[in-house]
Order: sequence, then structure tokens, then C-alpha cells
Amino acid sequence: MGQFTPTPHDPDARGHFGPWGGRFVPEALIAAVDELAAEYDKARLDPEFVNEFKRLLKDFAGRPSLLTEAPKFAEHVGTRVFLKREDLNHTGSHKINNVLGQALLTKRMGKKRVIAETGAGQHGVATATACALLGLDCVVYMGEVDTERQALNVARMRLLGAEVIPVKSGSRTLKDAINEALRDWVTNVDETHYLLGTAAGPHPFPLLVRDFHRVIGIEAREQILEKAGRLPDAVVACVGGGSNAIGIFHGFIDDTDVRLVGVEPGGSGLDSGSHGATLTAGTPGSLHGAMSYVMQDEDGQITEAHSISAGLDYPGVGPEHSHLKDIGRAEYFPVTDDEAMQAFALLSRTEGIIPAIESSHALAGALKLGPELGPDGLLIVNLSGRGDKDMDTAVKYFGLADGGQA
Amino acid sequence: MSVSEVFASARAESRAALIGYLPAGFPTVPGSKDYLRSMVESGCDLVEVGLPFSDPVMDGPTIQAAAEQALSAGFRVRDLFDVVSSVADTGGRAVVMTYWNPVLRYGVDAFARDLAAAGGLGIITPDLVPDEADDWMAASEAHGLDRIFLVAPSSTEERIDMTARASSGFLYATAVMGVTGARDVVSSAAPELVARVREHTSIPVGVGLGVRSGAQAAEIAGFADGVIVGSAFVSAVAEGDGAVRALAADLAKGVRSAAATV
Repeated sequence: MGQFTPTPHDPDARGHFGPWGGRFVPEALIAAVDELAAEYDKARLDPEFVNEFKRLLKDFAGRPSLLTEAPKFAEHVGTRVFLKREDLNHTGSHKINNVLGQALLTKRMGKKRVIAETGAGQHGVATATACALLGLDCVVYMGEVDTERQALNVARMRLLGAEVIPVKSGSRTLKDAINEALRDWVTNVDETHYLLGTAAGPHPFPLLVRDFHRVIGIEAREQILEKAGRLPDAVVACVGGGSNAIGIFHGFIDDTDVRLVGVEPGGSGLDSGSHGATLTAGTPGSLHGAMSYVMQDEDGQITEAHSISAGLDYPGVGPEHSHLKDIGRAEYFPVTDDEAMQAFALLSRTEGIIPAIESSHALAGALKLGPELGPDGLLIVNLSGRGDKDMDTAVKYFGLADGGQA
Repeated sequence: MSVSEVFASARAESRAALIGYLPAGFPTVPGSKDYLRSMVESGCDLVEVGLPFSDPVMDGPTIQAAAEQALSAGFRVRDLFDVVSSVADTGGRAVVMTYWNPVLRYGVDAFARDLAAAGGLGIITPDLVPDEADDWMAASEAHGLDRIFLVAPSSTEERIDMTARASSGFLYATAVMGVTGARDVVSSAAPELVARVREHTSIPVGVGLGVRSGAQAAEIAGFADGVIVGSAFVSAVAEGDGAVRALAADLAKGVRSAAATV
């Protein structure tokens, strides 16, 4: 099956996955999302587009990404573990898959300007990279708090020619960056494409972002069959907005014996109220253009998410995850900041791979899941990104500058 | 008096209706009641009572700041009905302008029921398009509320037609592609959009986004049935009641001075 082949898991024509998704956006944006949906419908069936996308993934992003067995880490998990190495992609995470696809769509639509939001900076860097490659103007909105947490990524984006605008409204994190990007889009929609970085937002974003990341799951399925001779018992991925998770899940979605496990940012613990575990602790609502689980108070005001990982610090989640949770095809649970950081250190030390703190949540999830699967079990963890960008956080967390040891 | 009667009586005077916006709870709950009364007394035919929301993607800095101020002062959704009720009790006519998530959370039918009970006439829904509004269609019918949807310069003919059919009371035409906030000149897209709308519907058309002066109101009154002013009222609140009344009076004069060109 090809990466863009329509499947029974596609949303309806107006973007609904069961009761989730749809379009809760101002009328002023409907023409733009309609145009995007129509363009994607054509592009996904156009061999020229598909081949150009595949060529960029191979020759620019460096795909296919490896599937690496992690035997020493697995000793701590208690079951056999393979890592899907999205950290080895150009720009250091899975985000490049989606940005190359959407940047190509931008060119097809004849638009010259791209805007994007970013939390940790991974999506912003990837977007700035794709825009540099394809000759598009690029503006990235980033919460002011995140520009401080991820100063190096701000510098990367600027080096790549992007304009980075710190967002000072609201909680000054990812959700506010999305608000500001939507405001820009509604003002400049004629010449601008909003290159949304996760599988959320109004239709068709959850569909097309998922499809651009389906390559992760398609590769992983082939690789695990080759290396282990069988399908895994579980596929584990972190879920903020949920793009890397939905991408790898889809490779296995029809293999009903394969558990699909999403690991959410539990922050300081669910009881603390300081977390971003939207699927575990959220309630239905509309945020940023789609119906999904959201974190909100009893008045429907969106509450702030908290996570040590800027990339997971989001009070919403992609609508297809809400659907997969409801129908029981995927399961979701949180791990805390501390559990994620322990997993971050453990993988670094045992396997010589420094993971992103986002991906460390998936690793921590694997550590919890391992005992259930036992020594004969087999799981794949989506290592969605590399941890270089997180060294400041690690230095502070472990006191590494003072001779501390993780 | 219903929303359509508001427009009918303005039309009988050969003028446009003046619609003024202020968020409930801004600067405080009692303060918003006082300012809304001043707006009604000084010439607003209809007021839009805003529901402060944490993530107002259609709003510019002025209304964002007002919403943040109201929320940090402890505004609750139940206060909205109190404010609407105060407008109705003092002889004003009020609709609510709200992002959709607080309504979803409250329960669409319960929200409609409580708004109608408070004397509110309808809801303006900036991030709800008719395509997603099945629950609201039913609740508004059940509780006798008007549905004010938006059209934009980017709307296709097909969508203008569909949106007009789904709307009642009036249709809200956004004068520019963009977010709320006062602007110096009336967009040239506004008259064109209103002309396009007229080909599909006889429902009254209100024009908003970027209006702040009597002169601009007069210009819009030359081609639209209603002139909608938001951020300028929010800004006037900082200068006190006199400024709010003076703005409303200036705008009220504006919507009457275009009569000759209608």
C-alpha cells in the first residue's frame, strides 16, 4: 500500500473521524482549507507529486530511517525493543516528512509565503529548512517562553532565513503561537500557506499531516518483518499533538494484534494539575479548528498544559487520536517529567543515543509496558527526534554543569 | 423587539442600525453593565455582548487584552447571562458574540435556554460555520434565538448563499480579511461583499471589523444595513464613560448621515 492511498481510515468529506475533527474556523478561512483539501486530493493521486515527495525524503531528508535494536536498553524494559530512528532524519526529527510535503503543496498552489507555529522548535526548524530548499518566504511564530527554552533553535531558524516572531499573548507557549499563526493566516491567506506542524487543526490538516508521516509506519513495518520476522506486539509513540504517533500507528492500524500505544506528557503528575495529558484527562471541545479532547475548565476556557518537553506542551490533540481512543484501537497513558528524564538518561547511557525529551516519553512508556509483554515480547518505540536541542534542559535537570551525573 | 425588528425600524428611518460590542466582565462585571447601558442610551440599536475566551483567534490585540483582563478578574460564563439580562432590563437589545467552545462546554441547548431566559436575542458565532452547526440550529429553533453567521470577502457565492439561508436576524459581513481592530480606512472589499450578499438574500447585512469613527460609519451606512463597532468601544472604556457615550453618539450620527446616499 502506498503512502497516499486512500483507506477506510480516512475522515469523511468534511474531515470527521467519527464525531471528531471537522472545521471550527472562521468563515474567512474556509476558502483556504477548501483549496488545500482540493489540492491535496489531486496531489495524492498525482505520480509527479508523489515521486517528487519521495525523492526529497530520500535525497534530502535521508530516508528510510533506520530501525535499530536496543538490546541494553531492552534489559531494563524486559522485552525486545527496536527504535524507529526518526532522530536521524535531516533536521533531527520526524517533522521533516510533513514540512516537505506541505511545502510542495504550497508551491503547487502558487503561494510564496509560509507561516508556521513551533513549540520546541523542531517544526520551526524543519519548516525553515524546507522553505530555504524550495525558495519560500518563512515566518515562524513561537511562544516567548519557548524562544527562551529553545534559543538555539531560534538561531537555527534565523540562520535558515526565517523570521521568528516571539508570541507574547496568553500563556506564551505553543497554543498561543498557533493562535497568532491563525491570525496571520486569516489576514494574509491569499498568498500564504499555514504549514501546521501536527495532525490537528481544521480539515484537511489532520489527514494530510498524517499521510505525510505514514512513511514512518510503512517503513517500520517492513523493517521489523525483515529484522524480527514478525510484527511487534506494540508500537509506542509520544503524543503531544500526535503527528509522529499517527504516522507510525498507521503502518500497523489494520494489524489488529499490534497494540498502538500513545504516551502523553504527565508533567508533575495528573493529580498536580500540571500536565499535558489531553487524552487521559481532557474533555471534548473545539480548539484550533477541530473537535477533539482538550484541556479546559468547566467554563470551556482552555487551560495551560505543562510539560518539561516544549514539544508536548499543548492542551489539545489531533482528532484522529480522540477517535482511536474512543473506538479502542489505540490506548493512551501519561508518564511524568521525571519518568521521561530517567528514560532520556537511560537510553543515552545504554545505547549511545540521546533522544529528544518528547521521544523520551515514549521510552518511559516502553519501560512501563515491558513487564506486561515479558521476555518473548517485541515492541517498537518511535524515536521521533534527537536530544541535542534539549541539552540546556538536561544540564539543569541533572546538574550536569556542576559535575552531576545523569 | 427582535433583531429583525431592530433592522426594520432603522430601515423605516432610512438609516443603518448601530451595533456596539463590549465583552461581558470588561473591565469588571458591574462595569460592563454600566458601559453597555451607556452605549444603548447613546445610540446603539443593538449591543453585542462578548464572551471572554482564552483563545480568541479572530481578535486583534485590543479585544484580546480585554478578554484576558476579564478572565483574570474571575469572569465566569454565568456572569454573561447576568450582563445580558441587565441590558434587556434597561430597555436595550442584546445578542451574544462567542467562540464556540464555551457554548459546547456549557451545552448548546442549555446555553440557548439560559440566554433566551436572560432576554438575549441571538448569538454571533465567529468560529462556527453552518456546516458544523446542527446542534445550534436545533437549539436556536427551540429557544427562539437568532443565528448570526459570518461571511467574508473570501466566501464563495455558494457559501454566501448557504450561510444566508442558515442565518436569521442579520448576516455579519467581515469588511476585511483579518482580525478585529480599529482601522483608519474602510476596506474596499466591504461594499463589494455586501453587493454579492444582496444577490443571494434579503436578510439585513451588518458590516464589521475596523470601524471606529462616525465618518466611517456613514460610509458603511451608505451600502449596509448595520454598522458594527467593537475594538473602538473597548478602547474608549479606558477613557471612561464620557468617551464611550461620545463614541456611540458620533457613530449614531454617522449611521444617520448616509441616508441621502442609500
